[in-house]
Amino acid sequence: MAYSDKVVDHYNNPRNVGSLSKEDPNVGTGLVGAPECGDVMKLQMRIHPETQVIEEAKFKTFGCGSAIASSSLATEWVKGKTVEEALAIKNTDIVRELSLPPVKIHCSVLAEDAIKAAIGDWKKKAGVEDTAAESTSAGH
Amino acid sequence: MAVKLPIYLDNHATTPVDPRVVDAMLPYFTERFGNAASRNHSFGWAAEEVVENGRAQVARLINATPKEIIFTSGATESNNLAIKGVAEMYREKGNHIITQVTEHKAVLDTCKRLEKYGFEVTYLPVAKDGRIDLDDLRRAITPKTILITIMYANNEIGVIQPIEEIGKIAKEKGVFFHTDAVQAAGKIPVDVQKENIDLLSISAHKVYGPKGVGALYVRRRNPRVQLASIIDGGGHERGMRSGTLNVPGIVGLGKAVELAQNEMPEESARLRGLRDYLKDGLFARLDDLFINGSMIHRLPHSLNVSFAYVEGESMLMGINDVAVSSGSACTSATLEPSYVLKALGVGEDLAHTSIRFGIGRFNTKEEVDYVIKRVTDVVSRLRELSPLYEMAKEGVDLSKMNWKPA
Repeated sequence: MAYSDKVVDHYNNPRNVGSLSKEDPNVGTGLVGAPECGDVMKLQMRIHPETQVIEEAKFKTFGCGSAIASSSLATEWVKGKTVEEALAIKNTDIVRELSLPPVKIHCSVLAEDAIKAAIGDWKKKAGVEDTAAESTSAGH
Repeated sequence: MAVKLPIYLDNHATTPVDPRVVDAMLPYFTERFGNAASRNHSFGWAAEEVVENGRAQVARLINATPKEIIFTSGATESNNLAIKGVAEMYREKGNHIITQVTEHKAVLDTCKRLEKYGFEVTYLPVAKDGRIDLDDLRRAITPKTILITIMYANNEIGVIQPIEEIGKIAKEKGVFFHTDAVQAAGKIPVDVQKENIDLLSISAHKVYGPKGVGALYVRRRNPRVQLASIIDGGGHERGMRSGTLNVPGIVGLGKAVELAQNEMPEESARLRGLRDYLKDGLFARLDDLFINGSMIHRLPHSLNVSFAYVEGESMLMGINDVAVSSGSACTSATLEPSYVLKALGVGEDLAHTSIRFGIGRFNTKEEVDYVIKRVTDVVSRLRELSPLYEMAKEGVDLSKMNWKPA
């Protein structure tokens, strides 16, 4: 399978790899996917409690190159955005940016789910009223 | 010594043609291009002579007689001809076929098609080591059973089935025994007499011969096997397989199996040494590796390993100067992980992390050293990236997690 240059770049130089402390009240963690399905993404964000700006984002991903690239890109995109702006990121944006083929679209869906799950976790921890943070999982 | 990249380590998929085989084939494209069925001039006679020579070379490899060898386009056709040919010829006698779950698709899908036409097929399970249980086989045989088709060695995991025992049971019960010996013939000793094999499929391109040519062994006595043809026409190959013979291909197949047979003792020992060196090298440098299938009943050049917590396709992407293949779903068109590994009871999580290594005639120790280093580096890097590896190291039981599939 041929990968786009951007996928190869993210695979070779993944951005923001790592973990943030789950104990930190300002950190939201999203863990989506399943090992049996061949992809699991963990996306974490440190969010400023007042401004709701995402100050830091880290990821770890088990999955194919496109899954790694999708989550790496997601961390780049959410950094500096407000929670509301981050929730507006759509999987189709990721597909376009990385030129993912149809067979890899689920990787972008997973990345969108991870963003929503991480923000949902933060909202729960921070006691922020949850409006649109439910994951859009639609079954595998 | 610097190794030349990329390195080919996928010799179960196909093998390069040995230069000695190419040399043997070349005259039969140009100067000696005759049709082996042309009985009235020297061009035809020359072609017929080398075809018969090829038949003898194939027969010798498996301890058969030349008249028992039918040339085909490859093992997929051989498998189709053996199974469909027996099914049609003996359908009055019975409609039951026994096979097993880790067969190649050329056997499984042929059996599935026959089910549509009223045949009943038993798919025997395999144990964790990849081998069938002989008691399962005995129990599956009914008065309606006309054929047992069990592969000699598996293409994904290299596991060798108990062929001699299966042949014995088939003979006792008066059932024909076909084996897809594509991965085994030319790699390990195969003997249709000793092992009571009635039909056997082989392919040239798995043994350093050309693509597009193979053969089917069809036993002529004790018992005699008759086949209904699936390709009709000029009545070539004693009516069992019409179509002008692929003379250069047959020359190549014959030469390839002759070389394989002559060099087998030395070559299999060398490849086993390299395979074990690869395995030991990986296991010494990385933890959480799992061998898929029996290590005892296995082809000498074959290794299949799951690298836990690292998805197979991402690994292939990282070792892109080494050609291997993966049982990961992401590398297949169906998005399903390997059905072979699943049949062994390998969890889908580990199936996604499996890599098949196939060492061949032209691989060197330097290449294997390079592969060990590359794989170790990539697996280590991807594990740093893997949330599963992190969780496992923290002591989280991954099987008890409430996963949320996309």
